[in-house]
Amino acid sequence: MRWIWIDKFTEFASRSHGTAVKNVTLAEEYLADHFPGYPVMPPCLVIEGMAQTAGILVGEARDFKENVILAKIRKAEFDDYAHPGDQLRYHAKIESIDESAAATAGEVFRNDEIIGRIDLIFSYVNRSNSVAGLPTHNFVFTDQFMRLFEDIRGETDGQGATP
Amino acid sequence: MTLDREQVFERVEEVLIDSLGVDTEDVTKDATLSGDLGAESIDFLDIVFRLEKAFSIKISKGELFPDDILNNPDNVENGRITPAGLEQFKRSMPHADFAEFEKDPSVAKVPDLFTVDTIVNYVQAKLAAA
Repeated sequence: MRWIWIDKFTEFASRSHGTAVKNVTLAEEYLADHFPGYPVMPPCLVIEGMAQTAGILVGEARDFKENVILAKIRKAEFDDYAHPGDQLRYHAKIESIDESAAATAGEVFRNDEIIGRIDLIFSYVNRSNSVAGLPTHNFVFTDQFMRLFEDIRGETDGQGATP
Repeated sequence: MTLDREQVFERVEEVLIDSLGVDTEDVTKDATLSGDLGAESIDFLDIVFRLEKAFSIKISKGELFPDDILNNPDNVENGRITPAGLEQFKRSMPHADFAEFEKDPSVAKVPDLFTVDTIVNYVQAKLAAA
């Protein structure tokens, strides 16, 4: 199963900010049920899209060497839904980062209109701070993921170093 | 940055309201972060990030909320903090009030050291040293 909720990056400034786009299409299966006769992208999947955009930014800041997990949704505010045919633009920036975690601030645009604000906290999980039951290998940024990342990286605008 | 204690408290209050989703009336100076305000472990990190932004300060890992003292076996015995552990806590947290804790220094009561006042004291000291 492909669990990827962004289509490509249009901007990627290492350790700073990035923008990814997501085209919402009626072919996506969940829209048949959410809701019948009124297809809208569930806000939880919009949060996932932002988490992937910001999580990649946070992972890249450490060269994808450590696992990055979403630790807290600081804020998730939505003004409106995304419908089939809309393009979502996730703009994420790193607000704070230290050896164990990072906080990101994000805005969600539908076409050119802002429709949401999502702030997140990610934890770096490595051998020293992992908890029982979590695998010790890199289960987030796997080879499969990195291939996918190459696919979605797109043409960045050259602001800052690109991965 | 020159802020009096009340101004520091107000900003700390705002940080805690945003971070923990609590109400203004919940944020009293004696309120404990975990027990009274419901903070979980990741919230402490969130609070540190927000304090850094709110006061334009840099808080090193473990500076506000020491996290390695309990990991040292010399500091804990039968669920209680040893005298050596207590000394280490006091050295690491000059911003905390140990009067109550010293009467019964059990590990279970360590979270009670982290109160709203503890944060205000820490920020005030940090700003004064800047």
